Amino acid sequence: RLHYESVIRSLIGKDGSCLSRVFYKSIQCSQWLPLPSCLPLHNSMVLSAAIFITLIGLIIYLHFVKIDQESLLVIGSLGIQVTSSYASGKESTTFIEMGQVKDVVINEAIHMQKVIYYLCILLQDPEDPQGVSEVVPLFQSSQPRLDCLIEVYKSCQEILEQRKTAPQSSEIK
Amino acid sequence: MNRGCMSTGVHPCRVTAMVLKVFFPSCCSSADSGILIGRWISEQSSAVILAVVHFPFIPVQVKQYLGEVQHVTKVNVSVLGSWSNSKQEKEESLSEFLEDLGTIFCHEPWIQISKEGDSKFWSCSTLQKHSKDPQEEEIILVYYDQRKVMLSHLHPPLDTSGQRAEDASKLSAIFDTVARSQVLFMTDRYDEGPIKLTHWQSDGVEASIIVELLKQASVPACMLLTFLLSLVSGICRSRLLKLWPLSFLWSKLSTCEQLGHRLQHLQVISSNKKAQNQNQFMRKANIFVSLLIDVALGILLMSWLYRKNRIGHLADTLIPVADHVAEELQDLLQWLMGAPAGLKMNRALDQVLGRFFLYHIHLWISYIHLLSPFIEMILWYVGLSACLGLTVALCILSDIIALLTFHIYCFYVYGARLYCLKIYGLSSLWRLFRGKKWNVLRQRVDSCSYDLDQLFIGTLLFTILLFLLPTTALYYLVFTLLRLLVVIVQGLIHLLVDLIDSLPLYSLILRLCRSYRLAAGVKFRVLEQQDGKPLRLLMQINPLSYGAVIQTYRLPTYSCYPRDSWASLCKKLFLGELIYPWKHKGDKQN
Repeated sequence: RLHYESVIRSLIGKDGSCLSRVFYKSIQCSQWLPLPSCLPLHNSMVLSAAIFITLIGLIIYLHFVKIDQESLLVIGSLGIQVTSSYASGKESTTFIEMGQVKDVVINEAIHMQKVIYYLCILLQDPEDPQGVSEVVPLFQSSQPRLDCLIEVYKSCQEILEQRKTAPQSSEIK
Repeated sequence: MNRGCMSTGVHPCRVTAMVLKVFFPSCCSSADSGILIGRWISEQSSAVILAVVHFPFIPVQVKQYLGEVQHVTKVNVSVLGSWSNSKQEKEESLSEFLEDLGTIFCHEPWIQISKEGDSKFWSCSTLQKHSKDPQEEEIILVYYDQRKVMLSHLHPPLDTSGQRAEDASKLSAIFDTVARSQVLFMTDRYDEGPIKLTHWQSDGVEASIIVELLKQASVPACMLLTFLLSLVSGICRSRLLKLWPLSFLWSKLSTCEQLGHRLQHLQVISSNKKAQNQNQFMRKANIFVSLLIDVALGILLMSWLYRKNRIGHLADTLIPVADHVAEELQDLLQWLMGAPAGLKMNRALDQVLGRFFLYHIHLWISYIHLLSPFIEMILWYVGLSACLGLTVALCILSDIIALLTFHIYCFYVYGARLYCLKIYGLSSLWRLFRGKKWNVLRQRVDSCSYDLDQLFIGTLLFTILLFLLPTTALYYLVFTLLRLLVVIVQGLIHLLVDLIDSLPLYSLILRLCRSYRLAAGVKFRVLEQQDGKPLRLLMQINPLSYGAVIQTYRLPTYSCYPRDSWASLCKKLFLGELIYPWKHKGDKQN
């Protein structure tokens, strides 16, 4: 303020003409000009915070939500392994032992206006030999169509049948 | 969603009788030729190889050694087959020699594994002596990391019942075998004995000086701690502290409860009995780490409080804050005595209630001012107790808040009782209005004929109570809201204390640093295959997820949780019954 005042005084002191008064008014206006320039600074903090939050959100989405690939590994004498790999490279695996697997089937479900098919593993109920304790659905993110599922189903059944025909080892010694 | 990008791994099994699984430790891949010792699990047709015994050896000594190991570990260890690691091409004489060994050690089936040169693909075959018809067996080689499997603890899924554990998990049998054979891993390659073994520890037994020193020092430390704790608990249980005013005080203060809880924890840690199983050990470790972190945070808080005499500043601001709260309350009451929110109150009742509460506030202020010279000293000494832990400091804070807002609690009780009386009076007089009565014996509403004068007085009273209802209801509403605010703040503090108490920090750190120790299961990876050679798989440990770790190893607390559901809480508020929203585990039911 002082700087501007001294400038104004010197101008008016020279001659009291309109020119100096106009200059005085324009200096008064320019006094307020620095203030709007600090508002973009305030905006940039908001902007950088927004960008940061978006980045964090994206990383969380890629690491926990977006599944790139799902795979199924069936080993006749050991069990079935289901792997999902996320976009960030994380892999989550579940292994189900063959003793717990009752069967692998394709289930139909009515969802809203359409019928969807999904492959699932039926787990054996330990108390009841005919019962099913749990249903584990497979390929929930990729949701392949029926023709794909039928191929997978056929391959799985080939292996599961062999475990039924193989005699138990206690006799063979 | 990525459609269609999906692969199935299918092992094309030739039609065979049964599949033999050989679990081979990856540390023995580069061992010299010898014989394989391990456990044969016939129900699953799998062989778990524990170590390789090198040439030269005397078969009798080997059998003797295995007998000793079997006696100590109760694991059925035997010679399972032969292992040949030749740098050059296959030697015929060696292979015949190895077959002859099969006759000496007579195990059905005799497994022969051989590795040529630097080839990745091993050949594996079995010899069946007593089988009726020669069958071609399919063999699967599964590599496993011996040290990790030995140290890991398998967590079955939470819904398995007890009897399932026996027959269910083939994997748990394998983990069990390796874990119980620890004595086998104690002899290393440099021992002078007749047997030379290769296993994960064959280069010398691992030990650490710091661990040994800690183990030696822990026993006297535990005894000292037990003695001190017995002294403290003896004092706590003495008759002096059970006199009526004191025992009432202890039961109301949450600090005492938290201190008692921590005392219990210390007793668990300092007991001399070794942990029987994995769960007990993890529990002890969790309690120890939780206590350590708690005390560390408490000391940090204490140093921050006492550094720039912040506690003096705190004491100085306490009285003005209490004064300010009292002034705000006085303003509120003046507002209620006027025309609050434009509502018209009954002048006389309004003045009576307002003046009654104002007098109480005046009393409260006088008491606070009486205490003011002592506040700083009390606060200084109370602040010292923050070194017992951050949870204790938070509980003290919650208690101070409760003490400072005691007048709000009193007002709430007065307002609630008055309102409750009014509501009950109104409901019973309403029944009289309609000619009915509450039958206490039958717990139901019955009709009743009243006299004229009873009806007249009843109607008069009903009208009076009805028109005085808004005034009482407003006072009740205001004080209930204030009380709920204080209760919510206290509840949040207790929630934080609960969180610190129950979080299993040791388990979480273990999951972070040594994730193989907490196993949810295993995962297999198919390695490169060649026709004619057995299928090779790599077995790795699948660690438990963090959520499952917290759920399994959560420490039990005396947690406070909401006593009523939302519906019953609203009902109680409407009827004017006193609410105590948080219930502690040890409280007796109302």
